[in-house]
Amino acid sequence: MILTLENALGIHPAALEFRSARGKLLAENLANDNTPNYKARDLSFKSVLEAAGGKRLQLQRTHQGHLVSPDDAPLVPKYRVPLHASLDGNTVTTQMEQAEFTENALRYQASLMFLNRRLSGLKAALSDQ
Amino acid sequence: MSDLRIFAISGSALSAQSVRLNTIASNMANAGVAGSSPEESYRARYPVFRTVSDPDLGGARTVDVAAVIESNQPGEKRYAPDHPLADEQGYIYMPNVNLVEQMADMIAASRSYQSNLEVMSTARELMIQTLQLGR
Repeated sequence: MILTLENALGIHPAALEFRSARGKLLAENLANDNTPNYKARDLSFKSVLEAAGGKRLQLQRTHQGHLVSPDDAPLVPKYRVPLHASLDGNTVTTQMEQAEFTENALRYQASLMFLNRRLSGLKAALSDQ
Repeated sequence: MSDLRIFAISGSALSAQSVRLNTIASNMANAGVAGSSPEESYRARYPVFRTVSDPDLGGARTVDVAAVIESNQPGEKRYAPDHPLADEQGYIYMPNVNLVEQMADMIAASRSYQSNLEVMSTARELMIQTLQLGR
C-alpha cells in the first residue's frame, strides 16, 4: 500500500475548492440582487463530481474549432433558470441564494471538519505513543 | 471559503446599497420642500446599479452605481396662495417623492445590505477555520 498525503485526505481538499468557488458565485448573485439585467450563476456539484470521477462520456472534438460542451467543462458556471420573470431582467431570487449560501457554508464546514479529523488521525498514527 | 474575492464582491454591494440608502434619505428629507415652479421643485433621485466584471479580481462580478438619475414624474401642484413661494396663480409645486414607495425601497435596501454583510461574516468565519486547519 502506498500511502500518500493526497490518498489519506481523500476527496475533501477538492470539495473545499468546489465549495469555495461556489461560495464566491453565490456572493456575486447576492451582491447583484438589485442590478438590472444581472443573470444569476451557479456551479453544479453533480457535474463536478462526475468529472472528478471520470465516469462520464465526453463529446469527442475532432477539430480545434469545435465547441466544448458545457457539460464537459464542469467548473464553468452556468446560468440559473429563474423561478419567476422580473421586469428588470434580473434572475436573482434573494431568499433562495441565501439558503444556498448557508447550505454551501455548512458543507464547507463539514469538509473542513473531515479534513481536521483525518489530519489528527494521521498525527496520532505518526506519534510514537 | 478561502476566496478573498468574496470580500470585494460583498463590499461593492455594501457600498452600492449605502448609496441607495443615501438617495432615499435625501428624497425623504426633501419630500416637503415646495418650489415656485415645477423646474425648481426637488425631484426624487434613484441610483442605477450595474454589474462590473473586475479584471483585477479575475473577472469577479461586482456591483457599482452607474448613475444617479432624477425621476421625471410630475409632482403635485398645490393651491396655496398664502405660501411665500406661491406663483402668480397661487400655486406651489411639491416634489415628486412618494413616501410610501421610499419606505418600501428603504426596507429592500437595508435587507440587501444585511444579507451581504451576512455573506461577509460567514466567509470570514470559514476563512479563520481554514487557517486553523490541522491545529
